[in-house]
This record gives sequence, structure tokens and C-alpha cells, in this order.
Amino acid sequence: MSDYKTLRFADVNLGDKLPALEIPITAALVVGGALATRDYEPVHHDKSAAQAAGLPDVFMNILTSQGLMTRFATDWSGPEAVVKSLDIKLGAPNLPGMVMTVTGEVTALDKSNGVVDVAVQGENNIWGMHMQGTVQLALPEAG
Amino acid sequence: MTPEEQKAFEDKIYAFKGRKVCEATPAKDPVNATMIRHWAEAMGDTNPAYTNTEWAEKSARGKTIAPPAMLYVWNQQGITAASERASNAQSELVQLFNDYGFTGVLGTNVKQEYFKEAAPGDQVFMEMVIDNISERKNTARGAGYFHETVATFSNQSGEKLGTQSFRVLKFIPQDQPAAAAADDARLEVPTRIPSPRGHDNGWWWEAVDKGKVMIQRCSNCQTLRHPPRPMCGECQSMEWDSVESKLDGEVLSHTELHHPKIPGYQYPLVCAVIKLGEGTNIVSNVVGCEPSDVHIGMRVKGKVEQVDEKNMLPQFYPA
Repeated sequence: MSDYKTLRFADVNLGDKLPALEIPITAALVVGGALATRDYEPVHHDKSAAQAAGLPDVFMNILTSQGLMTRFATDWSGPEAVVKSLDIKLGAPNLPGMVMTVTGEVTALDKSNGVVDVAVQGENNIWGMHMQGTVQLALPEAG
Repeated sequence: MTPEEQKAFEDKIYAFKGRKVCEATPAKDPVNATMIRHWAEAMGDTNPAYTNTEWAEKSARGKTIAPPAMLYVWNQQGITAASERASNAQSELVQLFNDYGFTGVLGTNVKQEYFKEAAPGDQVFMEMVIDNISERKNTARGAGYFHETVATFSNQSGEKLGTQSFRVLKFIPQDQPAAAAADDARLEVPTRIPSPRGHDNGWWWEAVDKGKVMIQRCSNCQTLRHPPRPMCGECQSMEWDSVESKLDGEVLSHTELHHPKIPGYQYPLVCAVIKLGEGTNIVSNVVGCEPSDVHIGMRVKGKVEQVDEKNMLPQFYPA
């Protein structure tokens, strides 16, 4: 158990910044993410379909962006945190060859239920904001 | 569309508000460890709560759980979707939009709330309604309507696992940029704005390309000057040579650039006026520390670095 630490509510302060995460966007991530979320829309695995839709290559599906956003939050909080909600706004597409940098900050703390709001942004190096939103995590009270 | 035609179209689409897309329907497979592991691998998510049974059994939960962000995944139709999807209120609405030229589609917002964690063995039921359709909006992508579906997820015991609202823009596509045209369009990683090189300063940038920061010196009165220019401000001589700076400096003034972010630049981005030991000032970046640590009078040491694929630039670090 000691290998996996989980933050306690008391450990967290308003304005705490999460460690930034750089995610190289590869075809394997785009296509693998689409299939792991059972999303067979052609624009996520077929380059010619993506090009017909006006983009140079296949692009990440929303369910993968959602997965990466919660992963970013729980990488920070540790595994005993309970994800309470995910509110995500989509922006520029993520395509193979891009690098998305995910950053986050604690924006609210609710003592009554131990819930922490983390504002998350994922920006890719070519088209900018890919996703922004809030993940709410319930943290354990004390060790 | 005339106003009358638009009104007739809107009457049709707004009739979909509140219509059920599906009754509570069970997913094809129960929540299972295989799909969870597949998902976790694709996402690079190493959370032991999802995939490490040994850890999970000793944790407060006592078992592994499904990643909350998989809530909608269980009921996805999979590869049969495109060809065999049964008609429902949502597909009828989409068809109606398409028939009127609103063929573009863009998911813009998803909000999920989770009430109870699902674990392997649980059966996920999903029901969905068309919750809302906006008035006509002019967006950057074209004129269109936002519509929102609300899904409710429950388990085999009727307990509510969570909800999802999903907002989609259906729009009349504008002419697409040339991206689609090039068959093998390659993504070009943006670089910094290249320095303009002219007759009077080209030599200075060429020295930077070789890793040196030069300071121009008047051959007549020895006064140093920067940035490079043809005439000495002291004695009006146009004869000059140059010396190499040791790049020992002091911050005279600084600012942090936030918005708008310019493609090709690394943020945070601190720009500073730095007084060099030789006496001239140079505008450059302060890197290698938090922007909040940069202050007037700070000692810095510069070096010429490759900042991207195309550009060499002097960058200053805390001394």
C-alpha cells in the first residue's frame, strides 16, 4: 500500500498546482483511445475520413480526452480519491505529432464533504487549448 | 432560409426537446477487468484502483473499480454502430439537421457526475433524453444549434451510478481550410518568429547562430552600442568592429507574457531588459526559474541556445 499514497483533504490548499504532464499525441494514443472507448467513428481511426472532415489526420475522441483528464487528476491525488464529477469543454483537436501539456490548479475546497475542485487545462503545442474543465475529487479525511 | 422557413425548421427541431433517445438499456457486457485494463493501457493510467487486484483488495474499497470516465463506454455500440444503429430520436434529429444543411458536428461540452463507483460484475443501464436545443447561434464554425442529451446510468440493483450531459453543435460548415487538400499534409511544429536580418544587423544574428553574442564598438571613440546600427551616437563615425559579450548581466526590468499565447513560444515566458557587464543593454528571456523569482537587480548569466528547430537565441539563467 505504501507504494501508492493518496492525498488527505488537509494536505491540499487553495491554489496548489498539480505537476504538469506532457502527453505526446501518437496515432497509437488516438486510435487506441478511440477503440478502448469503443468509439468507431471513422474520423478517429481513418485518415482519409479525417481529411474529408477538413483535418490533416485522425484526431482524438472526446472519451479519450475525458480519460486523460481524470488520469491527470488521480495521478496527483492518488488512488483512494473518488472522482465525483468531470466537466470538460473541448477546443482544438489533438492530432498525431502534437504534444499536449496538461496543467491544473486547486480552485475550491469543500470541508463539509472533503471535495476538492481541480481546474485542468490541456494545451497542445500547435493549435493551443484542447480541453479545459474541472475534476472534482473526494479525498479521505485523515491518515 | 427565409424567416418563415427558419421558423418552420425550428418548430420541427424543438419538437424533439424532451424526447427519449432510449429507455434504460443494459450494456452488452457487464463491467469487466479486460476492458478496464485495455482502457487503462490506452490512457497510460496506472491507477491501481483500476487494475491492481492485490492492492485494491487491501484498499478501503476492497476491490477494483471501473475508471469513472468509462461510464459511457459500457453502452457504446462498437463497430456495428455506423451501419446497424437503430433509428431513434437522436438519429432522427441529426438527420433533420443534415437535411437542412447543418451537416457539421462538434462535441463541445461533456459533464459527468458520478454517484457510485462501478466495479467488475456490475451491469450498467443507460437511458437518454434530448434535453435542450438552443436558439440559432452564429459560431466561429458557422451558424448552428447546440443540442444537449442527458444520460442517466444505473446498475442492476437500480442504484444510480451517474449522469452525463453532452452538448453538441450542429452547424453549416464554412469552407474548410486547405488542410484537407494536401493528401499527405504534415503537421508543422511552429517555431519562434524569426529575427529580421538586414544589412545593418545580419552580422549580429549570424554570430548568434554560431553561439556568440557580439557588441558593436565604434572604431573611432570605442563606445559600445546595441542593438546594431550604422553610426556611433557619440562621434558619428560609421567605422566599427565588435567584441564578444561574457553574458554576465543584471535584470533592469522584466515582464511576463501571458496572453495571447503565441505558437512556438514556451510558457511561462519572461522578457527582460538585461544590463550586460560590458555596459550595453539587451532584451532577452529569463529562464530556469519561476517567473515570480525574477526581480530587478537579479544577477543572470546568459548562454546561446537552440530554442527550437530553427532558432538560436541568447537565454539568461539565474547566476
